[in-house]
Amino acid sequence: MTTKPELMKRMVKGPDGLEFEVDPLRDYYCEAPPTVMPGAYIQIVEDFFNWARSKSLWILGFGTGCGAIEMRPLMTPRFDAYRFGVAWRPTPRQANLFIISGYLSTKTLKRAIRAYEQMQNPKYVIGLGSCTINGGMYWDSYNTIKKLDEYLPVDLYIAGCMPRPEALLAGFEEMKKIIRTGKAEGANQYAENFAWYKANQKRVIHDWDMPDYNW
Amino acid sequence: MRELYARLKALYPLGELTEQRKNLAFVTVPAAHLRDTLLHLRDKEGFTHLVLLTAVDWLEEGQFQLTYLLNNRALACDLGLRVLIQRDTATMESIHDLWPTAATYQRELREMFGIDFPGSPRIEEEFILEGWNSIPPYRRDFDTLKYAQEAYAERPGRVTHDPETHMRLQMYPGQHPAGK
Repeated sequence: MTTKPELMKRMVKGPDGLEFEVDPLRDYYCEAPPTVMPGAYIQIVEDFFNWARSKSLWILGFGTGCGAIEMRPLMTPRFDAYRFGVAWRPTPRQANLFIISGYLSTKTLKRAIRAYEQMQNPKYVIGLGSCTINGGMYWDSYNTIKKLDEYLPVDLYIAGCMPRPEALLAGFEEMKKIIRTGKAEGANQYAENFAWYKANQKRVIHDWDMPDYNW
Repeated sequence: MRELYARLKALYPLGELTEQRKNLAFVTVPAAHLRDTLLHLRDKEGFTHLVLLTAVDWLEEGQFQLTYLLNNRALACDLGLRVLIQRDTATMESIHDLWPTAATYQRELREMFGIDFPGSPRIEEEFILEGWNSIPPYRRDFDTLKYAQEAYAERPGRVTHDPETHMRLQMYPGQHPAGK
């Protein structure tokens, strides 16, 4: 791993004049890999949790590709996705649904992975548009990934190039169904197959200069 | 545009003038005279805006063509200066001191075409690609499809249709696909 200068161990002088050592990889990030989150002790409680989770979708407002343009009309009165009980949040820590909106260049993939790992459990991923499914029109591009579920666990794909906002609304309803039936186990899948996901990610991101897990 | 060309021609050894439109023309300049010509155009002729700096890879001729497109706001006309440089050395004088924006274009050209501009600010830094490990992707001998197939995982089952045959089958199902 090549480390960025700001991630290197160094001596820092505090405002009170005291010098102390900072090792950003240990002090600012968590070294522990993600763990599988067990379900509730009894199925009916887990079902209730899932019902509650399906009513509370908070989307990370991070547009990775051109598909992000389809999310704008959803936030405005024309389509008004808020009436379906979904809302956009500005930071990963406040969101539980990550919409990969279109093509992902390897540069954006790196940011998307970081954003996904910073999100709190339970968390879900929707792949929006053909690009996330099989590359779409970027099938022969030198810099975009073609199969999103190699790098992040995807719960639902919405096909199209681009899908209309109505398709996204239908996708949200479908996502809620998946969560209610308890099949949205993406975060646990990611924790279980952590090594496999990391290996895939590192195969395409050649300048891996961040910690392996960094929430 | 013709008058401008005549005035320039008296000062610098220029190539033929290619007029695309009334307000857009291109002219070839030897690399050694580029800076003087640009300075003259900027300071004396009112071409104060560098619209873009881009490159074309003439693989068969072994040359890169750099295009410096300048704009004269007052006359609303554009003049493109074309410079041919050797493909194997791929080095060109930097013009970041004439237009600071050129530095960004030069960084891009260095990354995408592998053309070096010594002395240009932050030229060594990565621009768009991070951790690129092959030949610059905009060079024509770079095989994009092959690279994409090797580097990125594919989902099986992708089908490609020839648009003409596909549409004919869609619209005239009974007809033989090859027949007209």
